[in-house]
Amino acid sequence: MDFRSLHFSLDLVAGSGLVLSPEQKATLQTSLVILKRNYKFTRVVFWGKILGIKADYYIAQGIGHDEMSDKKTLYSLNCMEWNLLPPATKTMIDETSVIKGLFLGDPSHDYEHIEMSKDEEGHEAQEEEITVKIKEEQRLAAAISLIDKEAAVVPRGAYIKTPHGHVHTNRSFEGLSVSDAGKLSSYFHFAEPVHLKQKSLLEKADLDPSMDFMDSLENDIPKGSWSLQFEKGSSVLVLRSLLWGGLTFFHIPMTPQHGYIYMGTGLKNIDLPFML
Amino acid sequence: YDHLARVLNKILDERPENVVDMFEELSRDIKRSQFSKKMDTLRDEPESSAAFDLAEIQKVLFGKGGAEGSEGQEEELVETPLPNVMELAFYFEQAGVGLSREETYCIYLALKQLVDSQPLQKCRFWGKILGTQGNYIVAEVEYREGEEEEEEGGEEGIHEAEKDYGKDDVEDKERQEDLDPLPKSNYKPPPVVPKEDNHTGVNKFTYFVCSEPGKPWIKLPQLTPAHIVAAREIKKFFTGHLDTPIVSCPPFPGNEAAYLRAQIARISAGTHISPLGFYHFGEEEGEEEEEAVRDSFEENPDFEGTPVGELVHNSTWVHHVQHILPQGRCVWVNLAQKKEDDFEEGEEEEEKEVEPDEPEPEVGPPLLTPVSEDAEINNTPPWTGRLSSDLIPQYAVAVMKSNLWPGAYAFATGKQFENIYLGWGHKYSAENYSPPAPALLQQEYPSGPEITEVDDPSVEEEQALKAALEEQKAAMEEMEDMEEEEEEDD
Repeated sequence: MDFRSLHFSLDLVAGSGLVLSPEQKATLQTSLVILKRNYKFTRVVFWGKILGIKADYYIAQGIGHDEMSDKKTLYSLNCMEWNLLPPATKTMIDETSVIKGLFLGDPSHDYEHIEMSKDEEGHEAQEEEITVKIKEEQRLAAAISLIDKEAAVVPRGAYIKTPHGHVHTNRSFEGLSVSDAGKLSSYFHFAEPVHLKQKSLLEKADLDPSMDFMDSLENDIPKGSWSLQFEKGSSVLVLRSLLWGGLTFFHIPMTPQHGYIYMGTGLKNIDLPFML
Repeated sequence: YDHLARVLNKILDERPENVVDMFEELSRDIKRSQFSKKMDTLRDEPESSAAFDLAEIQKVLFGKGGAEGSEGQEEELVETPLPNVMELAFYFEQAGVGLSREETYCIYLALKQLVDSQPLQKCRFWGKILGTQGNYIVAEVEYREGEEEEEEGGEEGIHEAEKDYGKDDVEDKERQEDLDPLPKSNYKPPPVVPKEDNHTGVNKFTYFVCSEPGKPWIKLPQLTPAHIVAAREIKKFFTGHLDTPIVSCPPFPGNEAAYLRAQIARISAGTHISPLGFYHFGEEEGEEEEEAVRDSFEENPDFEGTPVGELVHNSTWVHHVQHILPQGRCVWVNLAQKKEDDFEEGEEEEEKEVEPDEPEPEVGPPLLTPVSEDAEINNTPPWTGRLSSDLIPQYAVAVMKSNLWPGAYAFATGKQFENIYLGWGHKYSAENYSPPAPALLQQEYPSGPEITEVDDPSVEEEQALKAALEEQKAAMEEMEDMEEEEEEDD
C-alpha cells in the first residue's frame, strides 16, 4: 500500500489482527521518505511484514516508471535501515521451494539442503550428495516474488496499459461500485497474465485491452481460495487470500482507495484443498 | 484507439466542411457525449445498503441502557466483570497485534451488552477468528455460581431419545430372530468417552460468539471429548455461519459451532499463559496423590510483577489452562471396565489401580508448568519472546508470540497481563496435512488350520503316504497276530 496513505489504510486492514505499533509507523514514515529520495523511485509502497522466529522483516517496494516490471524490493529489520533484495530468479524459486519451516529472522542464515543426484557413468550409478546452501535473503526474495505473482490484487480499471506496453495508474479511476465490488471478477492479479491468452476470441472481444490485460481472480484454482468480505456493512471491501495466509487487500467502493498488504509467515498454505 | 474511431465515424457520417479546423471540436463533443451522468434526478436511490442496516444495529450499542437507569449504574460502579478492553488493546498495539481502535471500541460496547444481559462473573475478550465469509468475535465468559442456564434438560432429553431408539432396535431384532437367526456382528463400537461436567476441565468457561459487534451473541455448545479428538484430525476453514455442516474425513460429529468450540478449547489449552507467580494454587496439599489433578488456582495477592526484561524468556511464563489429553478430556477416565449394563459407563468410577491389561492412564503436564517445557516442533521453539520497542526499552511491553498456533499472543507489563488470539484458528505444522488413513480391514474369521488353504498333495506324495500306511497296517497285523498267539499260549 502506498506509504503516503499508510495511516488510514492500516486501519482498514486491521481486521486480520495484525497492525503496526505506533513506533513502527513513525519510523516507517521517516525512513520511506528518505528511501524514495535516495533510490529515486516514483512511488514507494509498504509491502508488508514477514514474521520470523527471532525477528520480523519489514518489506518495502520502490516503483519506477512502469508499475509492473520496474519494481525493486527492499527489506529491513528495524524499519530504519533498508537493504536491497536481489531479484528472484527461477532457480532461486525452485531451490527455496524445498525449505520448510518458518523464517528465522536472520538474513545471513544458511539453509542446508541435501540433494541426491545420480551420476551414471558407465555401468555404475553413483549417488552424490550435494549440499545446497541457500541464504535466508534469497528465500525471502523468492517468497516475496511468489506472493506478488500469485496474490497481488488490484481492482479493475485502476491500472491502464498504454499501447507501448507501459503500465500506469489510471488517474480517472473512480472506484468500483458496491455491486461490482462484490464480484471476484472485478479484481485482477497484478502480474503478467497467464490465462488471458487462452481465452476464446469471443471473450476477448468484450475486453478492453487497456484495462483488462491481467488475469482475473475468478478463475483461480482451487475455487474459493479468496475470501471476500464487506466490513462495516458495505463501506470497506476486504479480500483475503486463503492460499497465502496473511495477504489482505482492501478497497473502498466508489473511491479510488485500494491497496494490499501482506502480514504473515511467508509460507504458502498447501493444505488449502483440504480446508475448503 | 476507440475515441479516434468514433471521431472518424462521425466525420464520415456527417461530412461537414472544413473538417480539419473542426476536428478538435468534434473530438470534444464526442468526449462529452460519452460522459455519463451519475445523478438521475428523477429517482432517489431506493436501495438501503448493508452498511445502513449494520449502522442501525450498532446504534443500539451506543445508546445507554434504557429503563434501569440509576440502579444499573450503581451496580456497575461496584464490580463489573467487564475488562478494560481499550487498555489491553493499547498494550497489544504496542506489540503490533490487534484490531483497529474503532473496531475494538465496538467490541467493547458489545461485551458490555453481553455483560448486561447475562449474569456473569467473569468476562474476557478472547479474540477473533477469521472465516471465509464472515468472522467470529469470541468472548470467554464464566457464569456466577448457581446461575447456569439450564442445558441439563436438553441433554436428558437426548438420552431419553436414545433409549427409545434402543428399544425399537431390540424389538426389530426379536422379530427377525423368530423368522431366521441372522448373524450378529461382533463389532462393538468403541465406548463413548463421557463428557466433562460444566465448570471443569475443558468446559470450564462458556464461550459466546458474534459475527459483528452489535449482532446478538450466540452461545457455543459444551464440548464432548469426541469433538476434540475429531478436531485434532481435520483442518477446515471456518465459513462464518455457525450452522454449516463440516464435511470432512474422518467425519466430524457436529456442525461449525462445535468445531469452533473445539478449536477454541485447543487454542486456550495450548496458548493461555500467565507470568510465573501471578496465579498459585489455593492450599498447599500435604500429600500429593499420583492422580490428583489440580484444577483450581487463585490469583496470588503477593505477586509483585516481574521486570519486563525477564518476561521475554520462556521460563517466566506458565500455562494456566489444563492440557487436553489425547482422550479429549483434561481428567483421564478409564473406560475398560467390565460393564453389566451398557448405560452405566465409568462416569463415577475412576479406578486408580492400573492393571496390566487395562490401558495406561494418560497424563498431561500439570497445571502451572512453565512454558519452557513445551515441545518444539520441527526445530522451532514453541514461543518467541520479544520486547515491544527497541528504541525505548523502559516502558516497553514483553510480548510472547506462539509459533505453534500462529495468531496467539500474550503480553505482560508490571502486574498486568493478557492473552489474545487473532487468526484463522489452525495449528502450524511444518508438514502438509494429510487425512488419516482408513482403518484396517476387519477380519471376518480367525485364520486357523481348518480354513487355511493347503496345496493338494501331489501323486508321488499320495503314493508314498499309501505305502507308509500299508507298512503300518502290516506292522499292526503282525503285532496283533503275536498278541493272539501269546493269548492262546496263556
